[in-house]
Amino acid sequence: MKERLLFSGVGGQGVLTGANILAKTFLTEGKKVLMSEVHGMAQRGGSVICTVCVGDVYSPLIADGGADVIVSMEPVEALRYIKKLKRDGVIITDINPVIPPNVSIGESKYPDPEEVFKELSSRGKLIKIDALDIAKKSGNAITKNVVMLGALAGMDLLPIGKEKILESVKNNIPEKYVEMNERAFNMGLKAVKV
Amino acid sequence: MDVLSTQKKALLLGNEAVVRGAVEAGIDVATTYPGTPSSEIADTFSKIAQYYKNKGLEPGFYFQYSTNEKVALEFAAAAAVSGLRALTCMKHVGLNVASDTFMTYMYVGCKAGHVIITADDPSCHSSQNEQDNRYYAKFGNAPLLEPSDPLEAKDMVMEAFKISEELSLPILFRMTTRTSHIRGPVSLGRINLKKKKGKFEKNPLMVTVPEVARKLHPILLEKMEMAEKISENSRFNYVEDFGGNAGIVSSGPSHNYVREAVEELGVKCKILKLGMTNPLPRKMCIDFLKACGRVLVVEELEPFLEEQLKAIAHEEEIDVKIYGKGYGGLSRIYEYDVDIVERVIRKFFGLKEKESASSSIPIPPRPPVLCPGCPHRATYYAVKQVAPEGTIYPTDIGCYTLGKAPPLEVADFLLCMGSNVGTACGFSYATNQKVISFMGDSTFFHAGLPGIVNAVHHNHDCIITVLDNRTTAMTGHQPNPGTEYDGMGNEAVMLKVEDVVRGLGVKHVEVVNPNNLEKTKETFRRALEYKGTSVVVSKAPCILLIPQERRAGSFEIDQNKCTKCEVCIKKFGCPAFYYDGDKIKIDETLCSACGVCTQVCEPHAIRRKK
Ligand code: SF4
Ligand code: SF4
Repeated sequence: MKERLLFSGVGGQGVLTGANILAKTFLTEGKKVLMSEVHGMAQRGGSVICTVCVGDVYSPLIADGGADVIVSMEPVEALRYIKKLKRDGVIITDINPVIPPNVSIGESKYPDPEEVFKELSSRGKLIKIDALDIAKKSGNAITKNVVMLGALAGMDLLPIGKEKILESVKNNIPEKYVEMNERAFNMGLKAVKV
Repeated sequence: MDVLSTQKKALLLGNEAVVRGAVEAGIDVATTYPGTPSSEIADTFSKIAQYYKNKGLEPGFYFQYSTNEKVALEFAAAAAVSGLRALTCMKHVGLNVASDTFMTYMYVGCKAGHVIITADDPSCHSSQNEQDNRYYAKFGNAPLLEPSDPLEAKDMVMEAFKISEELSLPILFRMTTRTSHIRGPVSLGRINLKKKKGKFEKNPLMVTVPEVARKLHPILLEKMEMAEKISENSRFNYVEDFGGNAGIVSSGPSHNYVREAVEELGVKCKILKLGMTNPLPRKMCIDFLKACGRVLVVEELEPFLEEQLKAIAHEEEIDVKIYGKGYGGLSRIYEYDVDIVERVIRKFFGLKEKESASSSIPIPPRPPVLCPGCPHRATYYAVKQVAPEGTIYPTDIGCYTLGKAPPLEVADFLLCMGSNVGTACGFSYATNQKVISFMGDSTFFHAGLPGIVNAVHHNHDCIITVLDNRTTAMTGHQPNPGTEYDGMGNEAVMLKVEDVVRGLGVKHVEVVNPNNLEKTKETFRRALEYKGTSVVVSKAPCILLIPQERRAGSFEIDQNKCTKCEVCIKKFGCPAFYYDGDKIKIDETLCSACGVCTQVCEPHAIRRKK
């Protein structure tokens, strides 16, 4: 069994934390798991990618066409790494663009989100969710990464149960935010189960 | 804390695994100057110390964020020659700073084990160059270990202490971004921390005057011969045989990609995996080369292994063809990944290339930027308002290099830690342009001082700005000599930048809070009028040091008042501003409510959101 997941987004969106929680779930379930993280420069509003590879793997990096799932906190950031996705892979992305400053000052262009979604659907099974809105409803925009985890769990793609992931969320988040994050997780889970 | 887990296994970052290894090996003293990708090694020591202290327990080791890498190495060297196990970690360029100490320390050697960690950064993810520090091992005659993943990192650190003690020689331990920052399962043993005191036994051979140095050099070479024997028998050097007579040699993270590709493609080969790469296990290499018809060497950056293997093959007259740099896309630049390695292995085995395609829609780049609410942005904006056209802005290592990007564009020249001052003096002599240089508080203490002494002594006409944000921000907010606490969480003597520079003889010194743009402009105007060396200390904490609650809320734009002058976007450049259609808006998820933008908006269209 091999399962490779790619998490992407913008520095500050909690990409790393989300991926980390999931990776720990696999370890507690006795599975071999490797993860690559981004530290340093990329945290300051830069593009962030983080990968989680489970099973009989040697490297946490994913080859082109090797990712089973892309979980992205921002639409363009899903597209940035699209060549990593398998033919029949799944993309779960938040729909809210974060405009990079070089676009604001007119140095580059942010593509039309509809075009982005069209391109994404041509590459795999696309699940769009308004995770930001859900996160706000759960209590704070900061829980967006946990909403995305909930959505991922709701898709039933992983070789571990949703309860296990939720448990890992609870174990890895400061006490006072547990309730809010549990709400976020469950709302994310429901959002993909229509 | 995962790193102190009492379970059998934990999911650890490579850098944490290094610390766990040291903790199980009974570390006594750890020192550092923080630098990505090594920072979490030091930060983990710091966290462990504070964790025990908060529980009222003795940490059992001493940890220090030293002023710079040279000081860090010297501090730990003294401990190691006194019989305390020591570890010093730094990023690759840090070893340049410590190299003077390093080169002669190898002559003198240590008593208890001393592991010197260099974290290299192929692809310069967060560095000014991508030098391959394995050459320092050759240069200085240090045994060298290179792990591939967290588990190996932990085991190797433990082994490194033993080798170091066996040879009475410090060990160089090379991490790279991709070993430091991958997380994987690590088997855990017993934590072994206990506070000890060493004893320094005097020995005239430790005073490296010429006569002594001449005696020590041949001794060092003898130690390296012993080290070669250790390398021959090391469990970190081994051959995996998947059949056939094609060979692949690799080390570090490249090995992971090789294993992945070999399995994925199902090719027959023998793999020589090298973990102790200086000195090479010569006999083992000879046997491997003899067993293979052709060999592919997969290593990041320089042809360190490749050239030595070619030399061995030549000396031993082995009939084998060795491929490496320049073959099938194996480059001397940038880090490798599974795709690069798979491509070259396909070529090596005559397999057809894999196809893959990026997005057909152009995607805007998203490089790192100064955070919304970063005090550096305020300083930069104010400076740009008052500095004459053509002003040169030498800069330094830290978040403030991010001011290079438009619209601020206040970084014109950068070499290394502390270079802003030396180059500022040179520019002020060499040109008729005004010079305003920038460095952070930590950089100031690390390598800024000698440059300032030079400026004062020769009365060079330049403005030296110390962006004092009360921390070492870029590497993850470590304390420095300007903070009131240290890496153990103890109270420390806080040095004030302004006091220090006055003590160095700078006559024109001003301190200003950059979040007040008017005052900052006035301060720089006065400094620009002053002839000679002046220092402006622009002091405001990094926005990330301010508690989340106090950064909550956001500002918004009153669309009725906004004249679309674009000053906020095109001059000030806070990343929270963006165009939504033809309206300028503030992204509330990005805004950190610093309010500085209200001072740049002349029609007063920016207000706090209720
Ligand atoms: S971390 Fe601090 S100093 Fe660095 S860019 Fe962000 S606010 Fe500025
Ligand atoms: S208050 Fe203004 S300058 Fe400060 S972070 Fe928010 S938008 Fe940026």
